Amino acid sequence: MGASPLIQIKGLSVGFTGLSGRTLPVLHDVDLSVARGQSVGLVGESGSGKSTLALAAMGYLKSGLRLLNGTVRFDGHDMFDQRRTGLEAIRGGQLGLVPQNAGQSLTPTIRIGKQMAEALRLHSPLPRADHRARALELLEQVRLPDPEAIYRRYAHELSGGQQQRVAIAMALAGDPDALLLDEPTTGLDVTTQAHILDLLRDLAQARHMAMLYVSHDLGVIARTCDRVMVMYAGEVVLEGGTRDVLRAPVHPYARGLLASIPKLADTHLPVALEGRPPAPGEGRTGCAFAPRCALASDECRAAPVAMQTAARGMQARCLHHERVAALPLGGTGAAPVHTVRDGPPALALEDLAVCYARPGFWDKLTGAAPPVATVQGITTQIARGETLGLVGESGSGKSTILKAIAGLLAPLAGTIALDGNTPLPPLVAARRPAQLRRVQLIFQNPDDSLNPRHSVAQILAQPLKLYHGLGGPALRARQEALLEQVRLGAHYLDRLPRQLSGGEKQRVAIARAFAADPDIVLCDEVTSALDVSVQAAVLELLNDLKAAAAATYVFVSHDLAVVHALADRVAVLYQGRLCEIGPTAAVYGRPSHPYTEVLLGAVLEPDPDAAPRLLTNDAADLAPPATGCPFQRRCPRHMGAVCDTEVPPPRSGPDGHVIYCHLPAEALEADMAPGGTAS
Amino acid sequence: MSGVAQARSSGRMQRLWCVLRDVAARPSGAVGLSLVGFHILLAALGPWLVPYDTGAMSSGEMLETPSMAHWMGTDHLGRDIASRVMLGGREALIVTGLATPLAMLWGGFTGLALGLAGGRIDEAMMRIVDAFLSLPGILILLVLVMTFGTSNAVLVPTLGFLFGIPIIRVARAATHEVIARDFVAAARARGHGAMTIIAVELLPNVRDTLMVEGAMRWSWMLLAFSSLSFLGFGVAPPTPDWGLMIADGRIYMSLALWGVLGPVIALSSLIVGINLAADALAKSLGIDRARKAVI
Repeated sequence: MGASPLIQIKGLSVGFTGLSGRTLPVLHDVDLSVARGQSVGLVGESGSGKSTLALAAMGYLKSGLRLLNGTVRFDGHDMFDQRRTGLEAIRGGQLGLVPQNAGQSLTPTIRIGKQMAEALRLHSPLPRADHRARALELLEQVRLPDPEAIYRRYAHELSGGQQQRVAIAMALAGDPDALLLDEPTTGLDVTTQAHILDLLRDLAQARHMAMLYVSHDLGVIARTCDRVMVMYAGEVVLEGGTRDVLRAPVHPYARGLLASIPKLADTHLPVALEGRPPAPGEGRTGCAFAPRCALASDECRAAPVAMQTAARGMQARCLHHERVAALPLGGTGAAPVHTVRDGPPALALEDLAVCYARPGFWDKLTGAAPPVATVQGITTQIARGETLGLVGESGSGKSTILKAIAGLLAPLAGTIALDGNTPLPPLVAARRPAQLRRVQLIFQNPDDSLNPRHSVAQILAQPLKLYHGLGGPALRARQEALLEQVRLGAHYLDRLPRQLSGGEKQRVAIARAFAADPDIVLCDEVTSALDVSVQAAVLELLNDLKAAAAATYVFVSHDLAVVHALADRVAVLYQGRLCEIGPTAAVYGRPSHPYTEVLLGAVLEPDPDAAPRLLTNDAADLAPPATGCPFQRRCPRHMGAVCDTEVPPPRSGPDGHVIYCHLPAEALEADMAPGGTAS
Repeated sequence: MSGVAQARSSGRMQRLWCVLRDVAARPSGAVGLSLVGFHILLAALGPWLVPYDTGAMSSGEMLETPSMAHWMGTDHLGRDIASRVMLGGREALIVTGLATPLAMLWGGFTGLALGLAGGRIDEAMMRIVDAFLSLPGILILLVLVMTFGTSNAVLVPTLGFLFGIPIIRVARAATHEVIARDFVAAARARGHGAMTIIAVELLPNVRDTLMVEGAMRWSWMLLAFSSLSFLGFGVAPPTPDWGLMIADGRIYMSLALWGVLGPVIALSSLIVGINLAADALAKSLGIDRARKAVI
């Protein structure tokens, strides 16, 4: 560790001028230092100022933001020096940035090699003749297969994980002393994420770099950082060693945040944090967290709270830090889960197949082989009142199946039947209003699924008018009742979506689905656009609503822990084919399909001791294989020709769950061969 | 229900008022709105303001230079040019004022419907639109006017039809931005009809773009109308009209400069005004992405 920290931020305040003309702070008196060889995690929910802080470490502020106070130094150099000299040499040179969405930060029209050469030209002392060799070396270092091929490709020809690796390689081009990582794995599949994090850890160790790691995901932080800073409303509220902060947080917000994360080992729903964080500049006389805090006293509300030294060297912005550990976690958090129901089926899928690609004119003429279906052979029954979870990586066909059930996509083959015996017409246009009413869809991103020009009242009125013909006072009463059900007050009726927070928007979207009085609610990644604390509240709401409305859920998520928290039965999908389906406990336990094992192994938990088990060489396929098992190309237990040619038969396990695999049951029971795992 | 509807419409008025105020707060908007307002007021109150009868000829005062009696001089028939310039926009404003909403209505609706329908119908219709757009507008206009006559009852629908065609393209493009969003998928999944989806889900999201496009089309339409008059197919001679005045006056330009300059200044100030106002409107409505508000 160097004598003086590489990145040193002191008393940093950043703000913008609001519409009222007042200066509203986004960051408030933040201190931060990162030494060589150290990795510091910045955690917080959206709007907590974590990204602003990380970008400020580069001497950059988003347009509209102003430096109000404080200094930012990198290697002794003032990054907000008026003359801004030497900044170009530091940015991208000594200080590299890995952005959140590499796909958007790479230029689509220039080959990867040329973009890498550009970075080297600006930041590397090497002569131009050596740039190609160096670029290939960097691509090799980020463990990209076949760097020569990658070098010649365009960004869109790479998968998300590969793009992120290229972005990391480019950040390394200037041989940086420090890396800023702004949510580098958000949006990637769990397996890819775990691999990238491993890579970053190894790189940091090998190069003795300082890393500032921004993430909303405590699991990611647990995996990569030595120290954690938890941010809330533009302030650092807790700072300490990763292990201490994750094991025994001494700030009530951090404790609440940890409790709201669904974990695989939990047997209850995560506990939601009540309330919401204050908007910038919103009444801040005392502790910003006081309105949501169970420990808050008059003292907390009276004056700003300074950092206090707490147990095990942690710094907490809390007057009652020694009482946090004893704090009871609010909420119910004990909802019964994993009930397997034997009732009549509410929905039955029979050999469902969906294909996006239509054979073209030329294909028809030449009689080319039909395109491989995106989704194939989905057969299952969902009992009334049950929650079926669909999990899998991106491209596994989860959302496609939901769209087919909702009638937005015509299936290639197979039937969808209500009550197990009334087949539904394939498309919405052919379904009767009564059938339409019974199946409702909730989308991933409420920013996209709520019309920005409609008030909440108009949004809720649509299904109420369409299906129930309500109007006048009856409509108003029903709208108010629905809002009450999703725990929003009647005063929300006149608001527009942009006047609501992310969680409130999703509640309105949920209320709209339940306005129809549905029997089957299709939930498409409904919590993945939300902060964890909000996610917990939405999961709780969904669970309560299901009980009240006796609805059946099909719940799609890429997050295995979320599905574990809510689903009674789980189906694991890969490339649009079923791998495993059964009661939640059975699927998450043994025996399991090799793919389920890979997925579960890659889950990151907010626990410093939980290391993911990864396959050494693991990259998702881009299209399903034409024959055989869908997982054949990635499977660590590939058996040979039979996997490549024959579709694996369903094998019923002892606990009522079905695995689609050629391997014998006893082999599935055992752990993966140790040779097949990394780290 | 009526209470709710009333509240909604008053909310709409409030929004319109807010947008107007925002437009007026911008320099280009302030100049544009006052120019357009000035012209509309002049056209409306002109008949009571003009110092001379626009048709009154005076053989003793032909082609006079500007004087205290005649600010802009007189034309070849001895008519007061200033009075004629003041009233010369009336016909143009009435015709285009009716034809612009017509163009927005039919072009906007067709564009929305095509955007929603997609597929082959959309492709086929857009090729027809392309064919129309590839012809010089004034040519089609001349053919139509020569076939059906030059009365306002012909000009309004003709101009409306012709200037609705480019609006189809704009409305369709704006629809495409909205159509991929989940709230449209949600409406489809609920089973709403195409008309409801257009009116309830799509229209509110493309309205702003249509408004700005409509304003721009209005200025083009004014120019087209004046061109028709200039060519002798628009307003019939005794009625004062800028295009007609330019056509008549240009022969005597060396003698009575204001006979051309007056209507030219009037017409171009109105068109510049509309363009400035449309520009400010686009910025106020946030269509101009270059300048995005922070938070």
